[in-house]
Amino acid sequence: MPWNWAKPSEEEVLDHLIANNNKATELFLRLSAIPVAFVLSIIILLMMGASPLDAFSLIFSGAFGSSGRLAYVMTAWVPVLLCSAGLLVTFASGFWNIGIEGQVVMGAVFATGLMQAFQHSLHPVAVLILAAVAGLLGGALWGMLAGVLRLYGNVNEIFGGLGLNFIAGSLTVYLVLGPWKRPGIASTSGTEPFPSSLWLPAFEGFQISPIEILLGLIAILIIAWILRGTHFGLGLKAIGKNQRSAFLMGVPIGRRMLMAFTLCGALAGLAGWVLVVGTSARHNLFPLISSGYGFLAILVVLLSHLSAFWSVPISFFFAAITMGSLQLALERQLDSSLGGVIQGMLVLSILITQGLKSRWLRRGES
Amino acid sequence: MKVELKDIHKYFGPVHANDGVSLCADAGSLHGILGENGAGKSTLMKVLSGFVSPDKGEISIDGMAVRLASPTQAVAIGIGMLHQDPLDFPSLSVLDNFLLGSPRSYMLDRPRSRQHLIELASQFNFELDPDASVSDLSIGERQQLEIVRLLWLGVRVLILDEPTTAISAQQKEKLFATLRRLAQQGKTILFVSHKLEEVKELCTKVTVLAHGKVTGEVVMPCPTERLVEIMFGQAIVINKGSVMPLEEVVLKLDDIIVSDWRLEMKNLSLEVRTGEVIGLAGLEGSGQLLVLKACAGLLRPKAGRILINGIDMIDRPYCQFLESGVTYMASGRLEEGLIAGMTLTEHAALVERRPSFLVDWTLASEKVNQLIHEFNIKGQPENFVEELSGGNQQRMLLALLHPQSRILFMEHPTRGLDLESTESIWAILLNRARRGTAIIFVSSDLDELLDRCHRILVFFSGHVRLLETVKTNALELGEAIGGRGFGSFNSQ
Repeated sequence: MPWNWAKPSEEEVLDHLIANNNKATELFLRLSAIPVAFVLSIIILLMMGASPLDAFSLIFSGAFGSSGRLAYVMTAWVPVLLCSAGLLVTFASGFWNIGIEGQVVMGAVFATGLMQAFQHSLHPVAVLILAAVAGLLGGALWGMLAGVLRLYGNVNEIFGGLGLNFIAGSLTVYLVLGPWKRPGIASTSGTEPFPSSLWLPAFEGFQISPIEILLGLIAILIIAWILRGTHFGLGLKAIGKNQRSAFLMGVPIGRRMLMAFTLCGALAGLAGWVLVVGTSARHNLFPLISSGYGFLAILVVLLSHLSAFWSVPISFFFAAITMGSLQLALERQLDSSLGGVIQGMLVLSILITQGLKSRWLRRGES
Repeated sequence: MKVELKDIHKYFGPVHANDGVSLCADAGSLHGILGENGAGKSTLMKVLSGFVSPDKGEISIDGMAVRLASPTQAVAIGIGMLHQDPLDFPSLSVLDNFLLGSPRSYMLDRPRSRQHLIELASQFNFELDPDASVSDLSIGERQQLEIVRLLWLGVRVLILDEPTTAISAQQKEKLFATLRRLAQQGKTILFVSHKLEEVKELCTKVTVLAHGKVTGEVVMPCPTERLVEIMFGQAIVINKGSVMPLEEVVLKLDDIIVSDWRLEMKNLSLEVRTGEVIGLAGLEGSGQLLVLKACAGLLRPKAGRILINGIDMIDRPYCQFLESGVTYMASGRLEEGLIAGMTLTEHAALVERRPSFLVDWTLASEKVNQLIHEFNIKGQPENFVEELSGGNQQRMLLALLHPQSRILFMEHPTRGLDLESTESIWAILLNRARRGTAIIFVSSDLDELLDRCHRILVFFSGHVRLLETVKTNALELGEAIGGRGFGSFNSQ
């Protein structure tokens, strides 16, 4: 076949790239992000006039200094874990579910609504379970809406999700100040708190409910199993890696995408329920109830490289930084959002090393 | 300006796109660069216009060696390129586009530039409204704008890469008149094309490229036979051909019209029978891919009927085409076929037609082992598909083909593969054909078309000629691909 070989086909270039890439460099680059993130955080702490060593030890003791603090970290860990489980699904299919915050909020709204309606007529356990179902449903609907907008309205899921987040946020403000306002006063501090019979039961002396922890871990396990063991998961993976090929092979892209968004939304909605009924919750609906846990979960999944296994310790680590850095504000008059800065630095450092790697490989090519 | 390229080499990964190319174009000449798709023409012109830096070789302008680090630098020296797809900004106005890339100064002098634009345009009888939006212009007008812009920037060497692909016959006439006039003014025109007739009409000298090398340089006029010979290689053999089977019709095209933004294919009718092998020939972008995609349900025809097994498939979604036994294999094996990052076993599980809820990994790995053996794929079940060589990827794709698939549409079945892989791929394909699968494929390889097909459809600017393989040969096919026998027509 002498006449038609000269075109530099994509796959040959790709072959070349892969040949250049090796596992050791990959690992080295990923690990090197950690010292980079630390150095960047130290620079910021120094700029703020704080001692980095002092700040880090405060964060550490803030997270693990006592059993009460550890329990507190775990209550933050569960919603992040649930959201991470959901995001593993949408990320596997290659979609950015930025709307996860809104899905958490809608879960909380639905759960609150149900509890308000039935708290006096049904047994508390039944109310809690039904509220969980309502939370799942609320998040699922909100997630599906982002998918529907993408599929039928051709709205990029990032912008659609962002818009839906705003709507969900405004809805809580409306509910809190309007129909669901506390008797007498309307305040953005939230609706009337639910009685303690509608709180999840906690351990004696260790303020965390085993139900929360179990839910989070079971969710991750189920998602890991779905992604690995089912045709649905296999199809999602195919879509995420190469939508065009998956389409030509007959994978129903639209249906799979909708299901992924719905499933992710459901888990986020469950996180919303936890934020209403959980042990350290305020036991009511208030604006910003999602507390950024959804966005934090996006960082977790990015950092875990879509691994269900790794998202468990990473989400715990992130929850510890979030909770631990509260001590910065209490003891040193530093802003607790420094914790967020450290988390952001970590993710940025990973992304930068990845970016540099592909840039470097491309240079090696030419 | 006199342009000289000496011993230019350019590699893209393992591909040697330019292999020691030299050419010389005098000031005032209309120099044609002729060659098949992938012959290295575009790469060579990108080297000359500063888009790509050569791995080896020398460029000299009026006898002085130059280094072109960027397109901007090339334009500053006086070399400008008109790309196949215009590199303009459709959302901006004509005047804004004209001003873009103008020599660095912080303030724009719009009134004066507008005057320049109008004067230059009228010199060549171009009707360009400075305030129109570029998105409202035809491709031909966008080219005119680009020519005017480059001339204003002081370009004295003008490179045109396949400029006639998407423009009307009248615009082509105007373009050619402009180019002749520019040549008379002493500008050097480098005209890249794979259309024989155009090169014959316009150029004074022609350099022919094939597989990255110069295979000939001729002063025009020159007989078409000679051009075909140096363009496609030496072989002009009378083909032995094969006899067409007479079986039931699986695919019927009834007066279909398909189009994209640059081309419209009109009124094509065709009947394909079981076991038949049909080749779609033609230069890239002549309409063959549009037809192939329309038949597979990937592109909606504007009019006409497509019948598969006697059922009208118009307006049905792609998944129904799949169910009725259609398979489409694109040329990008890792872009539109296999899924990089997934293993062979995962692929086998993915194409399961009636999937259960859970993946039966034991069954999938049994299946993939059998396929690896049957199709002689050099790879392990746990290998990622991107780790396979091109030939093995193609065999893997064919292995995934459903046993009940009745019609197979393929883009370039063996592009980029070595001889051995090519033979094994065709052995698999012809085996399928003998068992009744109709195969319709696009190819630019004359040997492949002549050796494997029962019939060949030659596409040229949206028109079709049918050649019976038994009655044709490489010369006739090559000339038809270059546009012979299509008569003259106004394509828009």
